[in-house]
Amino acid sequence: MIKAVMMMNTQGKPRLAKFYDFLPVEKQQELIRGVFSVLSSRPENVSNFLEIDSLFGPDSRLVYKHYATLYFVLVFDGSENELAMLDLIQVLVETLDKCFSNVCELDIVFNYSKMHTVLDEIVFGGQVLETRSDEIMKAVEEISKLEAASNSISLVPKSVSGWRGGR
Amino acid sequence: MASSNSLMDSLFQRSLEDLIKGLRLGESTFISRSLEEIRREIKLTDLSTKSVALQKLSYLAALHGVDMAWAAFHAVEVVSSSRFAHKRIGYHAIAQSFSDQTPVMLLITNQLRKDLNSSNEHEVSLALECLARIGTDDLARDLTSEVFTLLGSSKALVRKKAIGVVLRVFDKYPDAVKVCFKRLVENLESSDPQLLSAVVGVFCELTAKDPRSYLPLAPEFYKILVDSRNNWVLIKVLKIFAKLASIEPRLAKKVADPVCEHMRKQNVGKSLLFECIRTVFSSLSDQETALKLAVAKIREFLVDDDPNLKYLGLHALSIVAGKHLWAVLENKEAVVKAMSDEDPNVKLEALHLLMAMVNEDNVTEISRILMNYALKSDPLFCNEIIGSILVACSRDSYEIIVDFDWYVSLLGEMARVPHCQRGKEIEHQLIDIGTRVKDARLELVRVSRALLIDPALLGNQFLHPILSAAAWASGEYVEFSKSPYEIAEALLQPRTCLLPDSIRAIYIHSAFKVLVFSLGAYFSAQEPTSPPLAQESTSSGHSVVNGFTYNSISSLVNMIELGLCSLSGTIDVEVQERAKNVLGFIGMIKHEIAEKATSQNSETEAHRAIAFMEDVFSEELGPVSSTAQEKVPLPEGLELNENLEGLQEICREVLEPMAESDYSSDKVSFSVAKLRIRDQEEASSSLPPPLESSSLLAEHRKRHGLYYLSSQKSEDHNDREGNDNNTSNEYPPANEISVDSFKPKKKISKPRPVVVKLDEGDEPKRKPDASSSNDESLSRAIQTALMGKGKGKEKEKERVKENHEMNVDTENIEQSSRREKKNKKNGERSSKRSSRRQRGKEASVTKPVEVPDLLL
Repeated sequence: MIKAVMMMNTQGKPRLAKFYDFLPVEKQQELIRGVFSVLSSRPENVSNFLEIDSLFGPDSRLVYKHYATLYFVLVFDGSENELAMLDLIQVLVETLDKCFSNVCELDIVFNYSKMHTVLDEIVFGGQVLETRSDEIMKAVEEISKLEAASNSISLVPKSVSGWRGGR
Repeated sequence: MASSNSLMDSLFQRSLEDLIKGLRLGESTFISRSLEEIRREIKLTDLSTKSVALQKLSYLAALHGVDMAWAAFHAVEVVSSSRFAHKRIGYHAIAQSFSDQTPVMLLITNQLRKDLNSSNEHEVSLALECLARIGTDDLARDLTSEVFTLLGSSKALVRKKAIGVVLRVFDKYPDAVKVCFKRLVENLESSDPQLLSAVVGVFCELTAKDPRSYLPLAPEFYKILVDSRNNWVLIKVLKIFAKLASIEPRLAKKVADPVCEHMRKQNVGKSLLFECIRTVFSSLSDQETALKLAVAKIREFLVDDDPNLKYLGLHALSIVAGKHLWAVLENKEAVVKAMSDEDPNVKLEALHLLMAMVNEDNVTEISRILMNYALKSDPLFCNEIIGSILVACSRDSYEIIVDFDWYVSLLGEMARVPHCQRGKEIEHQLIDIGTRVKDARLELVRVSRALLIDPALLGNQFLHPILSAAAWASGEYVEFSKSPYEIAEALLQPRTCLLPDSIRAIYIHSAFKVLVFSLGAYFSAQEPTSPPLAQESTSSGHSVVNGFTYNSISSLVNMIELGLCSLSGTIDVEVQERAKNVLGFIGMIKHEIAEKATSQNSETEAHRAIAFMEDVFSEELGPVSSTAQEKVPLPEGLELNENLEGLQEICREVLEPMAESDYSSDKVSFSVAKLRIRDQEEASSSLPPPLESSSLLAEHRKRHGLYYLSSQKSEDHNDREGNDNNTSNEYPPANEISVDSFKPKKKISKPRPVVVKLDEGDEPKRKPDASSSNDESLSRAIQTALMGKGKGKEKEKERVKENHEMNVDTENIEQSSRREKKNKKNGERSSKRSSRRQRGKEASVTKPVEVPDLLL
């Protein structure tokens, strides 16, 4: 089972953090900081796996990938295959790429909601749900359409950025 | 932007994007301001405003650690909206923040039910995800039937997610098995690989917790193993078989072939190949062909340039190292090469594999290589190396060590490694070897002397425990040392002020032992017959009896006196007390030393005093079992709790700092600081009346109570004899191993020394964990469900027999109860019985039977 998914930048700021077991917010922040301190001390060109029993409990493993300014992190236990998890990060990044075309950190920062939509179609309650990025994209697009449709009922924009004619 | 539009701000709500932009400009104050805004907005009745506020709050909670539990009720409100966008935000917030402790959990049941029955598959998805992440026992129970319906949905997306949610539902509400299990198993025959992947994923998790219950499904899994072409599916099925085959060896034989087939394929995915190898190593290692093939394939991993594959290859090898060391030995070069890899993980795995290869013959060689690596490595890896050498060599009371002299000198060498931080473990082993292995004491004293003399080591705080062990050994086994004067000088050198007080106390006490030994030797050298001395000099070539002239002994005494004078005023009470004790002793016998040169009177006060002291130190201290404390029987009439609460009140401030010290209470390890030191007065004078010193003694026992081997009675001295009896029982030399480990080898020149072991073993026993009741009920439910399927005639027959038995049993029970109860309504009862029997038979055919515990 997958215990957590995290995206953080090279300064340790979390951009996305999802924990599949309930944890109070302070513990979550502690874990994010812990993971960052471990990752930042890793040299380049080494393996992408870490044992992190001290942070997440027994039988916990972590796989991470460093893309430009972001670390993508998956925390899982013995029911998942390590190389498969590495592939899953690849799937996630590819899907984001399709979503945003040449995705960069800013896209992830400003599209918090969409990020979760994508992630929720890949990992469901800690289990891997879908690994084909086309299928994921299909579902994400449908959801976005539904959302937009349900929001277009109001004619007067209710947010500041709406008023300013922003996105 | 924010300041210039205050009017706009009050009219319009900030959206999530605005929040993010604002945060990027300036953080901490912005968060608190935004939180205030959110609190205001979320209480408004307009659902759109509410939902945006909730969305912002979720963001802050996830990424900035803001607590959002207070908004639980508002999340429930948002979720009840008919708009999809609001539902999304609401469910997201709920899934992120709800837990078993959330009071409003009950309120979402109906909403979840509504959404689970929705025609919009994405609304259903939202509800399923929410249930999967936060489902409680009640929710699982109430929504089981909806989940059951969805398990048969025609939409693949919904079905997949329903399968995923089953895991949580089963975990929280095991009775759901009766309803949903059948459909779950049906999905195993699906042709859609994504659906299949979801199902085997669920079974993989279930099997990991309780393999035995899922054994009956092995044929289905086997079919998937042989037929499927999807890597994700195969990986999960392999994991399932790894668990099943380890409890059912016949399965291992059957599964070995398909696994080998997969391994032999061209262009097999690395993830699948690795999982095959791992399955073989962990559960199929008895199957020879499979094992050989797996070892051949793992070699490819080990020599690959990709650090991930290298790491995984080494990791897999360590799984099989226990039972099939040859696999590791075959790949020895790769392992040694990996020791100098730049990846810390790879190095660590290589180290573990090297340690697995260690045995009697190569321990010296491998330790040599490892120490060289340690000197060249970073502190972390260096300590890992030292740590693993220590563990491997001390396993089973130093089983693999033949040459203890070499090992003791290795321990001394470790102390000189710059980054060494394993002082405590080295200390423990030095003392342990000292007490268990007589023949190693000479080398121990030699190594200790080298460590004590060096003033540079005193500055390194990580080495203090080792120095403490060296000091203790030098004092305890002073008879082996070549120059007691040198030892005493080293123990009292000025730089010892860098030591912590507890270790300083040990230094002083060891100096005292050296003094007593030297005096004893000096005084008995004057006499023709000296029985006590014969006990002392156990080693033949090292008697310093004739080495003490008047000059040398007086210079020794003077040196000790000088060294301790400065300490008689220190703040630490223990150091001060010990220093004063030794000085007092010296004062008592000093004038006699000069006289000794002339008179032959052996009955002087000094002589007696020295004889007493020698007696004190003459008993050999042996190893103590870690369970020894528990074995001490409570004396009759002891009330342990009686007046200790009173003491607790008085001594609380004194006791608390003690409680924080890092002595482990479950292991009475043989560390120097915990030695029970007998006071001088106790040894040489009669017992003082209880009342005066009892309170002091009580204090002392309270403070060091852990380390007293006798009971906790504070005032009774009458059981001192009992104490002595207990003491002598706890140092049994009874279980010395025979010297049968002596094998003729070219390199070994002398036989392995005798190592004292203890009867009960030296490790504290670990209690097994109790499994939770929920797990048990789930197992039972699964087993019931699978038995109720009635596959094959045998199972049918078995079950019918069981039902018959059950009916017979209930009949018996009923009969006996009838005899006891004298029920007048006989007719009614018998009709009830017969109808129950009928119902029982029907149930056996249609639904799974609730087999009572006695028959399972």
